[in-house]
Amino acid sequence: MSDGRLSIQVDRRADGVIVVAPSGEVDVTTQPLLQAELRKIQAEKPKKLVVNLAEVPYMDSSGVATLVQAMQASRKQNTILVICNLQDRVRTILHIAKLDSFFSVVGTLEQAVG
Amino acid sequence: MESKPQIQLAITSNPLFLSGTREFVYHIASRVGFSEEACGQMALAVDEAICNVIRHGYDRALDKPIWISLQCIGGVAAPETQQTNPTTALQIVIEDEARQVDLSMIKSRNLDEIRPGGLGVHIIQEVMDDVKYEHRSGKGMRLTMVKLRNSAKRAGSGDVDSPGLEGDPTSSSSVSPSPTVKQEMHP
Repeated sequence: MSDGRLSIQVDRRADGVIVVAPSGEVDVTTQPLLQAELRKIQAEKPKKLVVNLAEVPYMDSSGVATLVQAMQASRKQNTILVICNLQDRVRTILHIAKLDSFFSVVGTLEQAVG
Repeated sequence: MESKPQIQLAITSNPLFLSGTREFVYHIASRVGFSEEACGQMALAVDEAICNVIRHGYDRALDKPIWISLQCIGGVAAPETQQTNPTTALQIVIEDEARQVDLSMIKSRNLDEIRPGGLGVHIIQEVMDDVKYEHRSGKGMRLTMVKLRNSAKRAGSGDVDSPGLEGDPTSSSSVSPSPTVKQEMHP
């Protein structure tokens, strides 16, 4: 486990896809940072938003809530939101919350942006 | 079950300590023989439980007490021996001095309704083998959770035989896992 801090990389691709890549644990202390970044990006109304969770080893229910909010906001504005590269513990909490079918989840970043 | 904890951690209700508390639970559980998946589940349950105390019990105050106690049911191997650790279950107790809530109000929400928030109680019920909420004498709440070492409970499986918790608290709400998703905790 990390110390709970979170950093976020944003890649605005030429094809209009925006990739958000948080790095670190997403819990109640770090979730506001991810939430703010996703809201800022959604305001740009990208055609597709990819959340790359390759560097997120842990997420609690506050992180899941953030993803739910992002998905609901994306659907309202016709942005396609795709999540990729889930680590086991993150996949587990989505499964427990019965949300794994609510999100578009793919295995790799290449699949997500394609 | 013995009532005296073998390990106890006292923190204040500052979310900054969540990460360290997760690590504490994860590594103790790992050291007494739980699988990596089970350790992760227990760390998650503790995280969700403490978040609920901070948010709903203490209204996000940062300086209130929370105690996390661990009891290795079945004992632990002496350090000089090479024997398999005898721990059969880990009991995790989380206590606070927050306002006492109506136990019938502690419930999981309907997961068919997709909305953010309200998942903590459901997650705790889903990953632990036994869960009991009760009022502490005087003030505060006590949450007692048990994870079996040979638990058949995997993420989202929702089915396992539970041994139940001992004791006869005057005011408590206990949940044993059932094959279906539990929506409420009954007193």
